[in-house]
Formats: sequence, C-alpha cells, structure tokens
Amino acid sequence: MLINHPILGPRDAGEFVYKGDASLIRRPDWQADDAVAQFIDYGYLRDNPAGLHRELWFHEQGDRSWLVVTRDTTTHEITKVELARDVARAEGRSK
Amino acid sequence: MHYSGFKVIKEALTGHRGWGPAWRDATPKAQYDYVIIGGGGHGLATAYYLAKEFKQARIAVVEKGWIGGGNVGRNTTIIRSNYLLDGNEPFYEFSLQLWENLEQELNYNAMVSQRGILNLIHSDAQRDAFIRRGNAMILNGAGAELLSTEQIVARYPFLNVNNARFPIKGGLAQHRGGTVRHDAVAWGYARAADRHGVDIIQNCEVTGFRIENGACTGVETSRGFIGAKKVAACVAGSSSRLMEKAGMRLPIESHVLQAFVSEGLKPLLPGVITFGAGHFYCSQSDKGGLVFGGDIDGYNSYAQRGNLPVVEDVCEGGMAIFPNLGRARLLRMWGGIMDMSMDGSPIIDRTHVDGLYFNGGWCYGGFKATPASGFAYAHLLATDTPHKTATAYRFDRFATGHMIDEKGMGNQPNLH
Ligand SMILES: Cc1cc2nc3c(=O)[nH]c(=O)nc-3n(C[C@H](O)[C@H](O)[C@H](O)COP(=O)(O)OP(=O)(O)OC[C@H]3O[C@@H](n4cnc5c(N)ncnc54)[C@H](O)[C@@H]3O)c2cc1C
Repeated sequence: MLINHPILGPRDAGEFVYKGDASLIRRPDWQADDAVAQFIDYGYLRDNPAGLHRELWFHEQGDRSWLVVTRDTTTHEITKVELARDVARAEGRSK
Repeated sequence: MHYSGFKVIKEALTGHRGWGPAWRDATPKAQYDYVIIGGGGHGLATAYYLAKEFKQARIAVVEKGWIGGGNVGRNTTIIRSNYLLDGNEPFYEFSLQLWENLEQELNYNAMVSQRGILNLIHSDAQRDAFIRRGNAMILNGAGAELLSTEQIVARYPFLNVNNARFPIKGGLAQHRGGTVRHDAVAWGYARAADRHGVDIIQNCEVTGFRIENGACTGVETSRGFIGAKKVAACVAGSSSRLMEKAGMRLPIESHVLQAFVSEGLKPLLPGVITFGAGHFYCSQSDKGGLVFGGDIDGYNSYAQRGNLPVVEDVCEGGMAIFPNLGRARLLRMWGGIMDMSMDGSPIIDRTHVDGLYFNGGWCYGGFKATPASGFAYAHLLATDTPHKTATAYRFDRFATGHMIDEKGMGNQPNLH
C-alpha cells in the first residue's frame, strides 16, 4: 500500500505505524457527568466498518506526523489522506 | 452411517457404492429452539454439544456460504494450551483435552497429531517469562518442559541457533500440543451434529434480527425469516458487521492474517516451532508442505487477502531461523479475517437483548479453542450460566477493568 502523504508525497505503508479509528482524535471530556461511560466507549468500542474507514497512521520512519487516512477495508484502496493536525483543528481541538 | 475399519474394507471390496453424504443439506424450517449463526468450527461444535451434551433439540446452524469456508478452513491448524493467565489457561486446557478424544467422540478422522509445540527463547528476560508461563501451565495440568539449546538441536538440527540478533538460548515445549486437519474438524462436527438431528443450512445469510420488546425472536435471512427461542451469533471475523444489526458496537477490530504453504517435501520438521521474536512459526503438514505464518497485516481489513510487506517479513523471519527454507518454493498463500479483540481474549456472553448470545473475539488463535468454545457456548445457551472454564469471557470486563491481556499490550488490537 502507498500512502500519499500531504507533505512528502507517496510513501510505502511500511514506514507507518497503524493506530486505529480516527474517532480517537475526539477524546471525551473528563469532567462530563458521564465521563466514565464515555471513556469506556472511547477506549474499547469500535465501529469496525466493512467499507470506508477513517483511520490514524503515524509516520514513524518519516517525518513523525500523524495522518488521517480514508481507506476502504474491503479493497484496501486509499481515497483521502489528511494531516491529523488539520482534522483536529477543524474540529476545534487545541486552538 | 458409522465409520469403521470394517466399513472401509467392505466398501473397498464392493466398489465404494455404500458411502452416503456425511450430512443432510437442510432447508430452513419456520421455527427452531436454537439458531446458531455461522457454520465455522465454533458454530458447528456449539450445535453438536448442545444436542449431545445438553440434550437440546430443534437446532439449526445457518451459514452464509458453505461450512468450512471461513477461518476454520484457513488457519494453520495449531492446537496448544500454553497460556499464562487464569482466565485463559483452564479453558484452553479443557479444549486440548477435548481434542485428545475428539476422533472417538465424533467417529471421524480429524488427524489430531500431538507432535509437540516449541516456543524459542533468545534472551534471559524471555527465559524468565517463559518459565513463569510454563509453571502456570504445569499448575493447570497442561504440562510444559524447558528445553536447552542442545536438546533443541538434537530434535531440530537445521535451526540456525547462532543468529546474530536472535540466538536460540532454549525453548518452552508443550509436548501435548500439535496440529489437527482443520477441514476435517468442520466436517466431523457437521456430520456428528447432523446425526443428532441438527439442521445445517448453507447459502443462507443472516441479514437482520427480529427484536420485539427487548427480546430476539428470530433472524431475517436471505432465505426468509427463521424464528428461534434463542439466537447465537458465532461469526468470527464478521462479528462487528453482524452485531451492528442488533445495535451493538463491539470491542473488536477485524484484521487480516496471512498463511503460506510450500511445495511438498520429505519429512523434515517433526513438530511445531514458533519464533515469536522474528514473527514466524512453522509446521509440516502430513502431505509434506511447510505450513507457516507470522503477524497480522496490522490495519483493519475485510479483504481476505493481505499485502506484500508481511509476506516479506514472514519470509525474512523464516530464513533467519530456518535457512534451508530458502530452497523450498512457495505453493499457496491466502488470508483470513480475524476478530481481534481489545485485550486479545475472546467473549462468550449474553447481550443486552434477551435471547441473543455472542461468541467471538478469537483473534488469530481460535482454532485450538474450537471444542471448548462450542462446549462452553452450548453450556451458556442451554443453562444461561457460563461454563466454569469460561467465566472470565464477559463483555463487561472492559468496563470493570478485568481484561485478560496475555501479552500486556493494552487496548490496541493489532498488537495482541
Ligand atoms: C491464516 C490464519 C491462521 C490461523 N492459525 C491458527 C492456528 O494455528 N491456531 C489457532 O488456534 N487458530 C488459528 N487461526 C484462527 C482461527 O482460524 C479462528 O479463530 C477460528 O477459526 C474462528 O472460529 P470459526 O471456525 O467459528 O470461524 P469461521 O470458520 O470464520 O466461521 C464463521 C462463519 O460465519 C459465517 N458468517 C459470517 N457472517 C454471517 C452471516 N451474516 N450469516 C450467516 N453466516 C455468516 C462465515 O461465512 C463463516 O463460515 C488462524 C486464522 C487464520 C486466518
């Protein structure tokens, strides 16, 4: 698999480490009333879809940036690659 | 029809005209007491023990393709009970004991071969960890022996014990471990379940659950609605896709694991060897092919085929420890979809829906679990209480902090 890194261009997937579902960017609020339930969900439950999946990859043997890759889990075809930083900021994280 | 040596001779002398089909290809009835979803090893074993041990009737196994087409027919056939933790080891030891008597039990030749399994050691820290695991195995009656490098060389003279990065410093052996003909396990359980009146319904995909007032009353399938008092999901790598239809999200990711077989060779490798540090394990099939594999590819996948980096990684690991492997040609390779759980251990439990039960999360090691998984799941279905070896396999262990994490990797499925 080749991952088309937004800064570095196409890179071999072997340079990356896979983390999992990109919803992990949305860490729950630890002060919420139902924080425990939210963290159980966040830590342990996954949609695990067959089809399009947005997922986190870490460019460990490259520029060490985190990417959000949109990939089809039934064909392995990658349709979109974004910097995780941009995705998180667009969601209002760490302004 | 009972299989026996006498029957083989009689058929040989009469032109093999007396062999009938091993099981009926059933058509679905309107209503059952139990509908088991998934005709893999676990689903078929569940149906068999439900009928045989727990004296239940009106049981159907519903399979979307053909039985044995899933992971039960794709795995590398290794059985063992060499686990460390209390939640696991009694269960896998129970399974190994069921394997030891399986062929008599099922009246079917599943080629159970207790040729032994050896985990290689390369460092002092690893030796300490393996001694601890060996002691846990001995405490659970599974048996274990720590072997020196000399003992390993005597049995496996071709191993490269002086690899610069991973020299072989010993190994943990379980002599009762080994291999079983995987397809024959599916066929043997199918035939035995059929003989106890179980309907095996192939080419019948479950597309939804009928849930009324919080209780499951049956399944929607590609061959129409089938009513059931109890519905038992047992679909391994497809678990999340199926349970989503009952509104559930699972502590599971689906990942692809690849396996490889070389051309047939003369007898070379008497037992099973695992080189965990180098992501490689291998055995030799009775046909002579070297059967080997390594790590999962590492990213969510439902593709049933892997990619080349893992092929390279597995072959490099193999060459490092087993240099004469380089002379053999690769004959076949394939992939299967693993239900990788958040702590690397399985789930056999009720769900929030009355009458709907779940069995899954077997990761890359569910073949060896087949008999005990079927037995424990049947116990849960028939009595609504967990079998004594499977009490830890609950859904709520992630919420209560009772994870069964053999490798101590945390909630990262691709590391288990
Ligand atoms: C390459 C590889 C090597 C492995 N090596 C080993 C090993 O050496 N030792 C070991 O212990 N384990 C091993 N495993 C793991 C083991 O094979 C699995 O954990 C185990 O087979 C899973 O249980 P099963 O047999 O019931 O699964 P399966 O055979 O996959 O059964 C599940 C069935 O459910 C059916 N199904 C899915 N969705 C539906 C639906 N909606 N309706 C109806 N039916 C449905 C599928 O078609 C399938 O037949 C390996 C796996 C792979 C892929």
